[in-house]
This record gives sequence, C-alpha cells and structure tokens, in this order.
Amino acid sequence: MEYVSPEGLRLDGRRPMEMRQIRAEIGAVAKADGSAVFEMGNTKVIAAVYGPREVQNRSQQLSDQALVRCEYSMANFSTGDRMRRPKGDRRSTEISLVIRQTMEACILTHLMPRSQIDIFLQVLQADGGTRSACINAATLALADAGIPMRDLVTSCSAGYLNSTPLLDLNYVEDSAGGPDVTVGILPKLDKVTLLQMDAKLPMDIFENVMQLAMEGCKAVANYIREVLLENTKTLEYRRGV
Amino acid sequence: MRGIQLSLNQTQKLRLQRALEQLESLSSKANSNASVTIADTIPVNYEDGVLKGHGTSELDGEVVATMCGVVERVNKLVYVRALRARYKPEIGDIIVGRVIEVAPKRWRLEINFSQDAVLMLSSMNLPDGIQRRRTAVDELNMRSIFEENDVICAEVRGFQHDGSLHLQARSQKYGKLERGQLLTVPPYLVKRRKQHFHNLEQYGIDLILGCNGFIWVGEHIEAKDPMVEDQVNKSEQQNTKSSKNFTRLEEQEQTYTPPETRQNICRTANAVRVLSTLGFNITVEVITETVELSSSLNLDIHEMLGSEFCVLVAEREAERRRLLTKKKG
Repeated sequence: MEYVSPEGLRLDGRRPMEMRQIRAEIGAVAKADGSAVFEMGNTKVIAAVYGPREVQNRSQQLSDQALVRCEYSMANFSTGDRMRRPKGDRRSTEISLVIRQTMEACILTHLMPRSQIDIFLQVLQADGGTRSACINAATLALADAGIPMRDLVTSCSAGYLNSTPLLDLNYVEDSAGGPDVTVGILPKLDKVTLLQMDAKLPMDIFENVMQLAMEGCKAVANYIREVLLENTKTLEYRRGV
Repeated sequence: MRGIQLSLNQTQKLRLQRALEQLESLSSKANSNASVTIADTIPVNYEDGVLKGHGTSELDGEVVATMCGVVERVNKLVYVRALRARYKPEIGDIIVGRVIEVAPKRWRLEINFSQDAVLMLSSMNLPDGIQRRRTAVDELNMRSIFEENDVICAEVRGFQHDGSLHLQARSQKYGKLERGQLLTVPPYLVKRRKQHFHNLEQYGIDLILGCNGFIWVGEHIEAKDPMVEDQVNKSEQQNTKSSKNFTRLEEQEQTYTPPETRQNICRTANAVRVLSTLGFNITVEVITETVELSSSLNLDIHEMLGSEFCVLVAEREAERRRLLTKKKG
C-alpha cells in the first residue's frame, strides 16, 4: 500500500515531517490534584494525578522517596470497533510500566518521602501514538498538581514507510507493520528517557527517524510550556494579592 | 486555562470575560513576568550570592524551576511559590482535618498533605480540662473524644524526627466541629493570617479558614472554659432541683440548630464554593461581602451556584480590587 503519495503527501494529507494538530487543556477532572486532556489529531487522552498522598499499602511505603504508580486504560469506545477491554491485559500493563518508569525518572521523588503519587490515564480516542499522548498528558497533569520535576517529559513517535521517515504516525500508518519509534525526551536537559521500537532498521536510517521524533518532542515541549505558563498566570491573577 | 464549568449565555460570557480581563490588567501592573513553568531558568544576580529555596534546583550553574508557580525573592533566597499544590504545613498553622483512624494513643487525620497527620492523645486537652498523665483508661476512651470521620480543628505542632507531622489541640477553641459544613478549596486560596477563627455574629455562625484549604462553616458555639462552667454547674445544682425532663429538654436545645442558622450556613458555604470555582482569594471580608450580595439580591441559596451569581461575584471582585489599587496609588 502507498503511504506516501508521489506528491509527498500522507494518507491524512500531512507532509512526512508534519505533526498532527495538538491541543492541551489543564484541569479536566475536578476532584483530582492535577489533571489534563491532551489531543494529538484524533488521539485523545485524559490524565488525572492524585497525590502526593499517604501510601495506601503500608508494605509498599518507601522511607526515602515517593512511590509512583501509573494505570493506563483504553475506553471501550476509543477504537473503531467497540469492544470490552479486560483490565490489566498485557498491552496496557506494558504501557503502564513504560509510562511509570518515564515519569518516575523526572519526578523529584526524594522530596516527598513516605508518600504515593497515582497517575491515571484513560484513552478516549485511539488513533495511533497513544503512548506518546499519554506521556504528554501525564506531564501536564503532574505539573498541574504542583509536583516538583527535573524537567518536562515530552514524547512523540516516528516511523519509516515507503523509504520515507514519517513523524507522528496515525492508526493506519501504525498498523502498516513498519517500524514505530516512540521517543521520550527531557527537552531542557537534552536527554532521552524513553526509546521503544519493535522492528529492525538499519543504523543510518534509525538515526534519521529518531532525530525526527526528537524534533517532534521539542515541538510538543514548546506547546506544553506555553499552556502551563498561561495556566499559571491565570491562576495567579485570579487569586490577586 | 482552567475553564469555569458553567453554562453561560452570551452576555454572561462577555461580562465574565471582561471582569477577568480587568483582574488580569490589575495584577500585571503589580508583578510582571514572575510566573515560571517547570525547567524555566530563573534570572538571578550571582554576584550577591543566591540561596536556592523550594521549587528550584541547579543545572549547569543556573537556577532552574522545578514547579509551575511564581518566583519570590527574599534577600538572597529565591524560591518558587507553587499554586495548585497540596498543602505544605508550617508550625503554628491552624488546620481543619478529618479523622481517618483511631490508633494506639493517637488519631490519624487527613489534612490534604502528602502524609496523614498525627494527633497524639497526650497533645490535647482532656474534655474535663484536668491536667494529668494519660492513663490506659483514657486510651480506651479515645473514641468518646473523636471517632472516625469526625471533623477536627487543630494546630500544627511540628515534624517529628521520623518525618511524621504532629498536631496539637491544647485550647478550648480546638477540637471537634459539629453542626456545620466542611468545604475543601485549593490551599493556595487561603492566606496565612493572624485570625483564622471567625464568628460572624450577624448570622450566628462560626467560620474556620484552615490553612490546608479545609473550610468549616458551622453554627456558633460559645467557647467555654470547663473549669468555670463546672463551678457554675455545681452552684446551679445546689440551687435548683432539676428534674430529668428539664435536662432532656435542655439537651435537645443544645443539639438543635434553628432553620435560619442552617440557611445562613448554607449561604456562606455556597459563597465559599463560588469564590473557589472562580479561583479568588478566600478571606472573611470577601466571604461576607459575597453573602451580603446574595441576600441583597434576594437570591435563593441554590441560585448562588448558578452562572448569573458567579458573573456578578467576578464583576464585584474586579471592582473591589480596582478600588484597592486606586487607594494605594
């Protein structure tokens, strides 16, 4: 199948190096300490953060740092065909673990000993790149909850189809079976905290694809920063002196 | 932007927008661009020396924010004041909390902090007011003082060496709160002040603005000194031959809240709710003003949570702050 037309356009009309439209909104869940909705094109994810709060299971309590937990789930209505999703299937457990590790790397857990931070992620619409969208939503929600972090984590995916590196794959491109590289970076520190690919790629091409994904992450980071600054300013001026 | 979830019609939307814009223009004059987000570099003057406070860290010789908030500078100290974070206790803070567990010699309280707070049996006055060592009998009778799910007002005593937060309630003004409503607002909206207990006499209610963002609105209760009361009771007992019926009636009277007071409690609670959804600073003055506004408009209590009143409060607040800055300037 042709994923990039001879004119250099993808199936949804984007250029190979073009991202989908992103949109973020802070404060979607009233009762949570921090929450956010993040959209990348048709992919839509809602994140809620609770904590730092008392550890629910005393045996898991860590005396020198906070416990970070993450739960990823997909809504029944999120995909094209509606289906019941059992909680804790292999795919969602794996993604939960990946996101937990990524977020734990950037949270300053040693500042909140003997407490626990819960991150709940729910995919409302799945159109490829849910992993990336979840990480971006989780970053926003953690920042909203006022949890100290080393840096914002942002994530974006890239692929390689029809001998062209493509940024931010959607569902159709994702299911083409080509390589899908998900990258998570700390933009300020310029470090990679997440790198996933379940296919083979020659070294030189891989470098190109990863570079592209990192550019995408930086674009997301700029947007997220704007949203957070806007939110902080709003809260501050509303509060007044 | 944190959206206000209300169904506004077109005019209300415009009015709210205008009021909020006015608020923005007022505050931007006061402090310009002090807001930072995570991983923003905070400009500092290195020649004077810098002390890095909360919400900051060092990266390649630069001071970098680790939270979203507002940069504050006190002499050499640079720190970030977080807005929507959980409560951070300071010694002497007056807080309102809910008992979640009765443990040996202590109660555990939920106070919106990263851990549960501990109120030791030994750090509170006994109900009979006698100063003495707590015995095993006192420990067994702990549920007669506070039970699970009771709402309590106490003071932050400090952090113990094992990192747990301890509270104390060594005065008549602290203790169990009854006959009222508990409201939770983000803690950054409550400012630390000299006075956190307020008695709104005109409504016959007590208002406790806990530093942890828990606000208590309840019927006014006279703080009584038990020693004095005991003496009075004794003399009364000597004077009057009180029958059993009489005492029962008295008891009933003590636990009964008149409907007007109940309405006032609800009205005040709704005022706090409106202010917190708008994200305005919560003080007694603003609360009473909001309550007065609602009663002067003859609004029903449930109408206070509607969009019209919300817009009115926003406009009123904008006007109030404009006058304040005018006075200063």
